[in-house]
Amino acid sequence: MSTTGQDVLSVRDLRVWYGTERGAARAVDGVSFDLRPGEILGLVGESGCGKTTLGRGLLGLLPRGAFVDGDVTFKGKPMPAVASKEYRALRGAELGMIFQEPMTRLNPLMRISEHFEETVRAHHPGVSRERVRHAALEVLRVMGIPPTRYRSYPHEFSGGMRQRLTIALALVLRPAFIVADEPTTALDVLVEAQIIKILADLRREFDTSLLLITHNLGIVSEACDRVAVMYAGRIVEIGDARQVFRSPQHPYTQELLRSTISLSTTGLSFIPGSPPDLVDPPAGCRFHPRCPHAMRVCATQAPVPLEVAGGQRVECWLHGPESQVPPGGGEPLHVREELSVADEA
Amino acid sequence: MPTKPEAARAPRRAEHDETLLSIRDLRVHYALRGSSLARLFGRDVGTVKAVDGIDLEIAKGEVLGLVGESGSGKSTLGRAVLGLAPITGGSIAYEERRIETMSGRALREVRRNLQMVFQDPSAALNPAMDIETAVGHPLRIHRLARGDELRRRVVDALERVGLSPADQFLTKYPGELSGGQKQRAVIARAIILDPVLLIADEPISMLDMSVRSKLLQLMLDLKADLDLTYVYITHDLASAKFFCDRVAIMYLGRVVEIGTTEEIFADPKHPYTQSLVGAIPDLDPDRSTPRDLPRGEIPDAASPPLGCAFHPRCPQAFDKCGWESRDLRVLLESHWTTVPEAEYDAERAIIGDVDALDLPDHVAALPAGRGHSGGDVERVLDTIHAADPDEPFWRGVRQRRVVDAGVGIDFHEGEDPALRPAGGVQVACHLYPPPGDAAGPPPQPKE
Amino acid sequence: MAVMRRVLAPFRETVGFSRWMLLAGIVIVAFFVVLAVGAEWIAPYGYAQKSADGVDFPKLAEPGGDHLLGTDRLFFDVWSRVVWGARTALEVIVLAVAGSMILGLALGLVSGYVGGWFDRILVLVMDALYAFPPLLLAIVFGFLLADKIGAGVVSAALSLTVVYLPQYFRVVRNSTISARESTYVEAARALGAPGRTVITRYLFGNVIHSVPVIGTLNAADALGTLAALGFLGLGIQPTDGADWGFDLSRALDDASSGIWWTGVFSGAAIVLLITGLTLVGEGLNETINPVLRKKRLQKIRREETIR
Ligand SMILES: Nc1ncnc2c1ncn2[C@@H]1O[C@H](COP(=O)(O)OP(=O)(O)OP(=O)(O)O)[C@@H](O)[C@H]1O
Ligand SMILES: Nc1ncnc2c1ncn2[C@@H]1O[C@H](COP(=O)(O)OP(=O)(O)O)[C@@H](O)[C@H]1O
Ligand code: SF4
Ligand code: SF4
Ligand SMILES: [Mg+2]
Ligand SMILES: [Mg+2]
Repeated sequence: MSTTGQDVLSVRDLRVWYGTERGAARAVDGVSFDLRPGEILGLVGESGCGKTTLGRGLLGLLPRGAFVDGDVTFKGKPMPAVASKEYRALRGAELGMIFQEPMTRLNPLMRISEHFEETVRAHHPGVSRERVRHAALEVLRVMGIPPTRYRSYPHEFSGGMRQRLTIALALVLRPAFIVADEPTTALDVLVEAQIIKILADLRREFDTSLLLITHNLGIVSEACDRVAVMYAGRIVEIGDARQVFRSPQHPYTQELLRSTISLSTTGLSFIPGSPPDLVDPPAGCRFHPRCPHAMRVCATQAPVPLEVAGGQRVECWLHGPESQVPPGGGEPLHVREELSVADEA
Repeated sequence: MPTKPEAARAPRRAEHDETLLSIRDLRVHYALRGSSLARLFGRDVGTVKAVDGIDLEIAKGEVLGLVGESGSGKSTLGRAVLGLAPITGGSIAYEERRIETMSGRALREVRRNLQMVFQDPSAALNPAMDIETAVGHPLRIHRLARGDELRRRVVDALERVGLSPADQFLTKYPGELSGGQKQRAVIARAIILDPVLLIADEPISMLDMSVRSKLLQLMLDLKADLDLTYVYITHDLASAKFFCDRVAIMYLGRVVEIGTTEEIFADPKHPYTQSLVGAIPDLDPDRSTPRDLPRGEIPDAASPPLGCAFHPRCPQAFDKCGWESRDLRVLLESHWTTVPEAEYDAERAIIGDVDALDLPDHVAALPAGRGHSGGDVERVLDTIHAADPDEPFWRGVRQRRVVDAGVGIDFHEGEDPALRPAGGVQVACHLYPPPGDAAGPPPQPKE
Repeated sequence: MAVMRRVLAPFRETVGFSRWMLLAGIVIVAFFVVLAVGAEWIAPYGYAQKSADGVDFPKLAEPGGDHLLGTDRLFFDVWSRVVWGARTALEVIVLAVAGSMILGLALGLVSGYVGGWFDRILVLVMDALYAFPPLLLAIVFGFLLADKIGAGVVSAALSLTVVYLPQYFRVVRNSTISARESTYVEAARALGAPGRTVITRYLFGNVIHSVPVIGTLNAADALGTLAALGFLGLGIQPTDGADWGFDLSRALDDASSGIWWTGVFSGAAIVLLITGLTLVGEGLNETINPVLRKKRLQKIRREETIR
């Protein structure tokens, strides 16, 4: 995992902690990854594992009281301090965000054309209306929105069209990196499939890298180049999407895939328990209370990231390194905490 | 308790003979609320036909899936069965008792046997009521238990849905539970009256993926233990395939295909069913293939398309599917998303006001723009036709009339397809005409 | 119990200015409550007492001596009037606020749940009441009631009840209407719950949170209106109780002749109690309203993250 000069984004040991009444919630706790130009990275994991926090943290969109630490390099330069003026200038022009609910981005009182004018002029003041229209119609065309609708209001569009509008708005300045947080969760199956197809086609039309946060593993398998599996604030497995889906190496990834209901499901399977409280996560491997393969070492020592045969990076003692496992650490962990059936997220 | 073996599934095709619920030509129409001005002048503001003529039989012990996109009327159908939606016409008979005629006490009595599980567990529980009170409330409402007996039955129901030890949950408020736990509490509340039929309206769609299979397993266990019949409402075909014995595919208030799960999934007949099955992303990266998705979205139920309601999105639509003026606008606009801006500007000038096309009519009048003639418009149409000759729209055109002011297009008269047997299932689509119908096979059969 | 927990929950989470506002308000209001409750012991004389031990009080005596704050032109002891006035004020306010709260809550719940013409008529009536300037309305009702049951604490409270009723009604009715459409109410109907149960068990607990805030804010307003009524002579008769507003209007003539003590203290009492009630109301509002509330967050120090 080397930081090559051509990476759009490279994240090293990123931490985002929320201050809560009970102490710090380590929503993102030591995350590292790289993103190449035009690449789509899927981010999956159960609810509350820190996916949204990671995505927002990268864009500096965190709420008051959040603490950020770590190094983020964007296009070879270190990212400016969050909330600084330079950061705001980056957002929109170089960094974009697509939300789950499109109306959070669209102002019901403004025409689509005005949305585009506002977005473009925020970064390039004084651009003529004609030029904005030209740029906007081009992205709208890719999104399948007819130019006849350029002067309509948001409420004149259906849910799927609105989501395409927000994508178009995020793309109009051709940012190098976009975070899409569950962009299709609120949409119907057929429309979801349409949007996913559009997102998957993005790299052909624009050179945009995408961090696609989703609950739907099928979407990742269809649209993403690489996938990162997040558990309790850490990326436990990251690698080529096909490779990870074909032969998942981390027990959490394996269980997640097994518990997903698909057309070929003939029996139900599920992970007992729920993701841990991030204020006080389990010691050692955070997955050990739920892991079917947990060993003694897992309960005491955190596993180290390791590149495995398939090329993915995995954090799990099953893959070694043997040298760091204390004697007897490889024994199965017998005293697993009792997990109630309904102890779920 | 790691994974459950496949055997845990209840026998798939049990004997379902005894009809529990029979729905005949059910209609639920909502009057649209127009502006107060329109109401003042008594102007007709239209109706939404949320459910528009549905026939269904539900047999005791089966799981019937209602599948469709949002707005297809699934929830309204489910709510109508419980007497929670205003029934405009038709009948619902539960064991000979007619639900549509009931009100007040009789309806409340019947609701002891029919229960519902809702999509959003956080919304379905009163935030100001603790779990013990909430789960036990049905028993109190119907005066079936009190005191120790009430508590015993609440504890029993909670343990049954996996909320154990129950003591831990009795005093909690919904806000203190996770989504999955809340949904379990909702299910406990639904089964505490020992109902016969459970209507589950997207019970797992708001839950985290790892919780979904737990809840489905719970519903399977409860079905086996309590001898329940389910109506399972969902937009997720994958879970329907696993969970249901029979599936009804709904579109804009109608059932467009209904049959056993095996048959529907082995050979989806209706083009809408085919698109739904095709749209499910596959987990196996080697199997995922580029798909032909239907364009557009589910239309506004207040002014549904003429003929077959699916025709604007249907890749296999042909002449009698109900082509109309509004489709021409869609055609023009989707054409314009494929051409460069300059070409669009040129064509847009040739064609006049496209808003004039927004009428549900079998005749379309496409006006020419200022300074242009019908001939110019005709040429634009020809370019569009040439660019994509397979576009189903052209199959619906009966004739084009070029006049000075523009182009008039007459479409074939459409017909609303009725639900008819086709193979082992029932389908509402002109591709499957009644036997002996001279209409013959469509020009473009599916591949 | 459930309701209390939900109402009180936000308190633990507030910090800063709103907490201080609340605290200051509570101290002021508590001071007057003590005066009101302990009037018999705190006030040296009765509110309509003109003599003690057979000796008449002097007229317009300066503060000091037997009369801490002096006497007024009706021979009353000013300090005693101030203390007893606190009792009158709090009695009227508590009665009026409780009355409009209970009535508004009940009417709002039923009106919102039942809907139809019943709802429309009530809304019309309430809107008409709301459109009136509060003082005018209070005067009209004060007149009518003074005729029927005399100008006492009860009639003053009743006329204030009418003034503030529409506010509770509107808030409760609107939140009832939105709660009526919620899934949990539909779920209750699906369980077979009759309308009465839905209102008492499902709607009541969910529409009640906004009520205490309006209550405290109204209390301040009500005190002002009460004082104005008293000032106009429509409040409580001096022989029925001590009324700050009434005393203030009496003192008006004194002010020009350099006699300040008859008016200053009742005026100050009015201002102080209104301030206290407002502070409590605003403090509560900021505490309970999640948009205004600032949650207590723990600071994270940089060293903590590097383990
Ligand atoms: N503003 C906040 N203050 C305190 N804690 C927070 C805040 N936002 C999120 N958290 C906590 O941080 C953790 C991660 O949350 P996050 O929203 O990133 O998860 P997620 O993986 O996106 O979940 P989901 O799949 O449900 O969207 C959770 O435990 C959450 O409760
Ligand atoms: N109470 C209502 N008033 C007016 N229209 C309604 C109401 N409930 C549902 N509808 C309309 O009926 C149609 C079907 O809705 P619904 O049954 O909720 O569909 P689904 O559950 O399949 O998403 C939609 O067009 C919806 O807008
Ligand atoms: S480190 Fe141990 S507990 Fe963690 S996933 Fe690997 S085997 Fe399971
Ligand atoms: S009738 Fe059949 S072929 Fe015609 S539009 Fe409808 S679904 Fe398509
Ligand atoms: Mg999230
Ligand atoms: Mg629904």
